[in-house]
Amino acid sequence: MSSHIEPAGHPLLAEVNPVAIPRQELVHHGRDFHWITEKVCGIVEAKTPVWWWWCFGVAAFVASFTVAGLIYLVGTGVGVWGHANPVNWAWDIVNFVFWIGIGHAGTLISAILCLLRQKWRTSINRASEAMTIFAVVCAGIFPVFHVGRVWMAWYLFPIPNANYIWQNFRSPLEWDVFAVSTYGTVSVLFWYVGLLPDLGTMRDRFTAAGNLLKARLYGFFAMGWRGSNRHWANYEMAYLILAGVATPLVLSVHTIVSFDFAVSLIPGWHTTIFPPYFVAGAIFSGFGMVMTLMLPLRAIYRLEDLITQYHIDCMCKITLATGTMVGYAYAMEFFIAWYGANPYEGFAFINRAFGHYAWAYWIMITCNVITPQFFWSRRVRENTTLVWILSIFVNVGMWFERFVIIVTSLARDFLPSSWGYYSPSIVEIFTFFGTFGVFSVLFLLFIRFVPIMPMSEVKAVIPQADPHGTGH
Amino acid sequence: MSKIFPKSANALPLQIVLFIVVLAGVATAAVTYYATPKYLRIGYEPVQPVPFDHSLHAGQLGLDCRYCHASVEKSATSSLPAAQTCMNCHSVIKPASPLLAPVRHSYETGEPVPWVKVHVAPDYVYFNHSVHVTRGVSCVECHGKVNEMTTVYHAKPHSMGFCLDCHRQPEKFLRAPRDVYNLDSPTLAAQGKMDEALAQIHQWKVKPPQSCSGCHR
Repeated sequence: MSSHIEPAGHPLLAEVNPVAIPRQELVHHGRDFHWITEKVCGIVEAKTPVWWWWCFGVAAFVASFTVAGLIYLVGTGVGVWGHANPVNWAWDIVNFVFWIGIGHAGTLISAILCLLRQKWRTSINRASEAMTIFAVVCAGIFPVFHVGRVWMAWYLFPIPNANYIWQNFRSPLEWDVFAVSTYGTVSVLFWYVGLLPDLGTMRDRFTAAGNLLKARLYGFFAMGWRGSNRHWANYEMAYLILAGVATPLVLSVHTIVSFDFAVSLIPGWHTTIFPPYFVAGAIFSGFGMVMTLMLPLRAIYRLEDLITQYHIDCMCKITLATGTMVGYAYAMEFFIAWYGANPYEGFAFINRAFGHYAWAYWIMITCNVITPQFFWSRRVRENTTLVWILSIFVNVGMWFERFVIIVTSLARDFLPSSWGYYSPSIVEIFTFFGTFGVFSVLFLLFIRFVPIMPMSEVKAVIPQADPHGTGH
Repeated sequence: MSKIFPKSANALPLQIVLFIVVLAGVATAAVTYYATPKYLRIGYEPVQPVPFDHSLHAGQLGLDCRYCHASVEKSATSSLPAAQTCMNCHSVIKPASPLLAPVRHSYETGEPVPWVKVHVAPDYVYFNHSVHVTRGVSCVECHGKVNEMTTVYHAKPHSMGFCLDCHRQPEKFLRAPRDVYNLDSPTLAAQGKMDEALAQIHQWKVKPPQSCSGCHR
């Protein structure tokens, strides 16, 4: 903050005049503590808006498609999905990886940006973490129901049983079980610990308003939070530890998901670039989804003072960076396929770009490589509607990336005699379509009943939180 | 701030944790005891159309198992006897017994006696009788002491763990070939002849599968 630096040592230093770049303002219009509390709590305390009921109805209707698809699947058998030799993994794992990937932005924002002291995370981290949890819920549906006898899904975990069924710990699918369940657990804990002070605030406000039922409800979940110094000291330490625990998960979960493929020998899967490429893709898709969710919220609840243009710029830039990494990985896969001189590997990539699934490949390239490049332009980043549309393209592109990787490689493996073409069945389409409803139902419940921003953290980044005014 | 919870609520978190721990413990114990084949299968003793007494035929009279279950050495399944087999003796012994009416009916019409199956292997399990009995796995290992049963009942759990116990260490369960149908004989290991059991395993290349596809084909 201070623009004047005392020269020490060499006299030349006296002539050096560093440019003072002002810190970006994270809350506009000099909003104070009270305004932030009223704004964030007001969303929960206000009467349920009409648009919310409409959205909730539509989301619940869409979610019923998943329920219908799953009931039919359990009642009939996994054969109702479109899988058949040679494509025995298809939409189920495509959708699993798609949803798991989306979750990664939430963890990145809450954990890595916390450790790196990126203060712009404060107004978007709560909603992003919620998005992570709901995305993990949607992701979990697919592998759990793909086991067929879904009531036996607990066989995924090493629980001693009368049948002596024991897991193959050399299988990356088993690593996946641990990676995803750890990820889900830590995400929920992180989200919940961060919620405690705000739940305490909600409890006190409902108590003051005389709504004892809601006061008790929020009070129960606030676990006796009173905001004492000791509470805050413990809270800050717990949050920091959880941030430390969650940080490796940002990298490890999608690395292990990529092992599902990279550890196999299928051409197009068996590549060492997969872990970093998958992680970059996951963060890319996650930020796409964060923007898809936050920009409408910002408009509906007039949150422009809290989610500023600077926040949008930051998210766009991360999307641009990770999208470009993904584009680099696409190019490098082709280079290695040529440089490695393995005819099967070479064919797998030529086939991706020009084979039966070329349409999917070029949708992927368009959405994932070209879309983020628009974010170089400040004018694009400042056009919220355009950013929102581009963020949807990112989501679509990342779904197609998983589809291209998984289906093209399986449909055309080593033996031409076993080649095939995969199309999803109506049951799969129902199940996947419905997960958007499941996600939306959960997210709508979240914005209705939980403060969508961590009030205390947002308050900490405004100038009033700095009594000495020195920036230290 | 006014109170919204009574003072007793302070103990609630601990109480909830304790409740969950106790509940989980009870549920685990209950499932382990009540929901496993050791409880669910053992003791199943259906009423049969003819009160055939194994302890009389196989025990006191000393009939060989294979006299009735003739295909056990040759086939994946152990056959049930046709009424003809029963009538070999019962045409002259107790030929008019009312208890044997279903057997005589079967003999005259060719319709099988509707025996109730006691040991049911699920359709996703491939089990071959002949490969077991011809390598020294006695009937008694899976069916118990049938030669002492008045009515046949399920004596062993037949869970996958039960199969794997033997597949992992067959030397502890094998008998000499001559003792396979002698349900009162001890295993080689029980006789202290472990070297003989190991020699048998080596000679016959006994390699019980432990992979999934060994039995779930």
